Amino acid sequence: MSEEFNDNKTIQAQSSESISGGGSGAANDIDYVRPAEVGEQDLYHGHSFISKWVFCQDAKVIGVQYFLLATFTGIIGLILSWLMRLQLGFPELAGFMTAEHYYQFVTMHGMIMVVYFLTALFLGGFGNFLIPLMVGARDMVFPYLNMVSFWMFFIAVGVLLASFFVPGGPTGSGWTLYPPQAILEGTPGSGWGIMLMCISLILFVAGFTMGGLNYLITVLQARTRGMTLMRMPLTVWGIFTATVLAMLAFPALLVGALMMSLDNLLGTSFFMPTILKAGEVLEYGGGSPILFQHLFWFFGHPEVYIVALPAFGIVSDLISVHSRKNIFGYRMMVWAIVGIGALSFFVWAHHMYVSGMNPWFGFFFATTTLIIAVPTAMKVYNWILTLWRGNIRLNTVMLWCLGFIVTFVNGGITGIFLGNVTVDVPLSDTYFVIAHFHMVMGIAPLMVIMGAVYHWFPLVAGRMLDEGLGKWHFWITFLGAYSIYFPMHYLGFIGVPRRYFEMYDSPYMTSAVGMNEFISIAAFIVGAAQFILFYNIIKTLKVGKPSGHNPWKACSLEWLTPSVPPEHGNWGDKLPIVHRWAYDYSVPGAKEDFITQITPPSEVANTEVEKT
Amino acid sequence: MSDPKIEGYVFKPGFKGMADDTGSDQTMFKGVHWGKAMMWIFLLSDTFIFSCFLISYMKGRGSTIIDWPNPSEVFGLHVFGVDVPLLLIAIMTFVLITSSGTMALAVKYGYEKNRKMCGWLILATAIGGLTFVGMQAFEWSKLIHEGVRPWENPFGAPQFGSFFFMITGFHGTHVSIGVIFLFIYAYKTFKGHYDEGKRGWFTTMKGDYVEIEILGLYWHFVDLVWVFIFAFFYLW
Repeated sequence: MSEEFNDNKTIQAQSSESISGGGSGAANDIDYVRPAEVGEQDLYHGHSFISKWVFCQDAKVIGVQYFLLATFTGIIGLILSWLMRLQLGFPELAGFMTAEHYYQFVTMHGMIMVVYFLTALFLGGFGNFLIPLMVGARDMVFPYLNMVSFWMFFIAVGVLLASFFVPGGPTGSGWTLYPPQAILEGTPGSGWGIMLMCISLILFVAGFTMGGLNYLITVLQARTRGMTLMRMPLTVWGIFTATVLAMLAFPALLVGALMMSLDNLLGTSFFMPTILKAGEVLEYGGGSPILFQHLFWFFGHPEVYIVALPAFGIVSDLISVHSRKNIFGYRMMVWAIVGIGALSFFVWAHHMYVSGMNPWFGFFFATTTLIIAVPTAMKVYNWILTLWRGNIRLNTVMLWCLGFIVTFVNGGITGIFLGNVTVDVPLSDTYFVIAHFHMVMGIAPLMVIMGAVYHWFPLVAGRMLDEGLGKWHFWITFLGAYSIYFPMHYLGFIGVPRRYFEMYDSPYMTSAVGMNEFISIAAFIVGAAQFILFYNIIKTLKVGKPSGHNPWKACSLEWLTPSVPPEHGNWGDKLPIVHRWAYDYSVPGAKEDFITQITPPSEVANTEVEKT
Repeated sequence: MSDPKIEGYVFKPGFKGMADDTGSDQTMFKGVHWGKAMMWIFLLSDTFIFSCFLISYMKGRGSTIIDWPNPSEVFGLHVFGVDVPLLLIAIMTFVLITSSGTMALAVKYGYEKNRKMCGWLILATAIGGLTFVGMQAFEWSKLIHEGVRPWENPFGAPQFGSFFFMITGFHGTHVSIGVIFLFIYAYKTFKGHYDEGKRGWFTTMKGDYVEIEILGLYWHFVDLVWVFIFAFFYLW
């Protein structure tokens, strides 16, 4: 077994060379980096196909696995949204769909997109791939646990999708799974569907905890020499803070799911009040449905930021690289991420203004909700100030970033409407809400994902994605997304309720019907446009232009590996030594317009670098 | 990276020193094994799980319209012709707290490389945990014989049965998992896996006595949670 480990070789390489920090003579002083605090990590190198690509312990492969599975699940979510739009826009073509189907699609679309697509993609996908590379580690600190994390996610997805094939189908209670209706007869999937949903969520939380522990400890305890916390790229900060949120918010979901399954399976009444059904009193009684809402939203609101914070971090890096400027107000950006993360635990009941809770609660939560706008606005200003007078390269990545900023501001402003109790009450459960959260946590993070894919694909595959196709992909998605969600604000104002299978003969019909048709057509086009990306990826893998090292001329560590794409262990014989932050672009006096994180100060002695 | 020693690093005292350490490169918690930090963060997450359980319990107990049963009667034992309230629970708590003590000693002897002593103390801890689970099973069966079910309760509010079985069950699962690991660790200690740095069966990581301390953290946490469950369920 011992030949599977590389410990002897690398430990020597590290210790013989590390103490002085490289360089010689007079350069020694300014190039000094403290000696290594932790020994080399011994990695398990797989030899067979199974241990290399299936049950793999390399964080980069696990990241790609997460990415592919989350994307697969996301395509299912996309297809469900098509079916919903078909029903809403062209009910005469959707004769195969009953109201029960529609509710099931609504539920599964929501849960898949929020948890199994966005969360898994940002934290599992980007987190695994980027954290070790960006902090200069060879791998996650506990690769075995990391591998188990992915396979738990795999099982969770399997259980979730299995609910399509059980008697009664998947649950149709809306993605919020509110009791009592979620487990009462009459709601689609009230038996098997909701059980499988709860089990799948519990498995997801367990699997995520394994991965999340890895992300956190790798950032906290396994950075390379010279990589202080305030030199980490904002991507790492975003993913790190989001993982903290997840570790503290998912417990509430786990407890809620567990109690709900007991209510369903054993007939306990945690969430079930006394219920009269067709004149008969059911067995249940004495429970509190509002308790579930509190548990769910104590998870649900941080979940929004679990999706948003990695997007904030990633987009900061992309904007900085592609406008060749350091990120404006780096420290402010870090504290804004941390502050938003902390505040996100004190706003959950703004999802419950109409639940009948004490009005003072609403007052408190409206206040905290609006306070979140402060750090969020700071971030938006900083992105814009980063762009200001930057040397902007208007490539696909930058387009996605600009699209993100616009969309995010748009969704954020409608958030201020909904955060106020008095404005929220009439808008609650209308299409305005749909438009708001799709803009702010659907489309906006998705734009970042797309930008990140175009940006980091060369690192994964060693080839550049096609720019022309990328621009088509962007413009169709961007304009299409606005065609979908802008009219929805109006639908919300005229009072069209969300989650309705059809509008029947209500007065909405006349003014909403044409708009629904338009939205549906746009949704079909935008959904189909996403396949441009898949075509682009397949084409690039075959005939794409080789990227070489560091195609974007970025400063951060992930581009500075000895081989692109990086191998298992990332750094070859010697770990990198970091001398600066990840944002030294266009430094006055420097030969090139970027100074990498591993360039020692003696090589750039006459430049005006930031002191970091 | 199993043996953190920091050469050339001076720990500074006070808040300034803490800020310096936190903001410095490589590690945030200086000299702390990554596994230990990982266990602490896991325990923080687990604390939130138990907090959610206990807060739900308080909400459920506070809002029920049927009276909550009197815990000193429900959990009392009839021994030698007298009713003793909370007798079994007192013994259970005592056993669990004692096992925390043996665990702490096991960690100490582990770091002193006293293999035998460490192994026996881990075994004692495991047996303490097993006794606890056994007594809990006895208590469950007693309550079930008296007609308490997750969905009904002859003594009062049905939520009593629901919360009791769910929360003690969840805690008991934690204890049982701990017991399984304690037995495995006792075996590994006696076999000398931690002395020779033998690689783990699944994790392929080198064995080290720090693992015993990490398991100890988990074990103390499970005990601490029990103290809260004890206070909220049996004393309230």
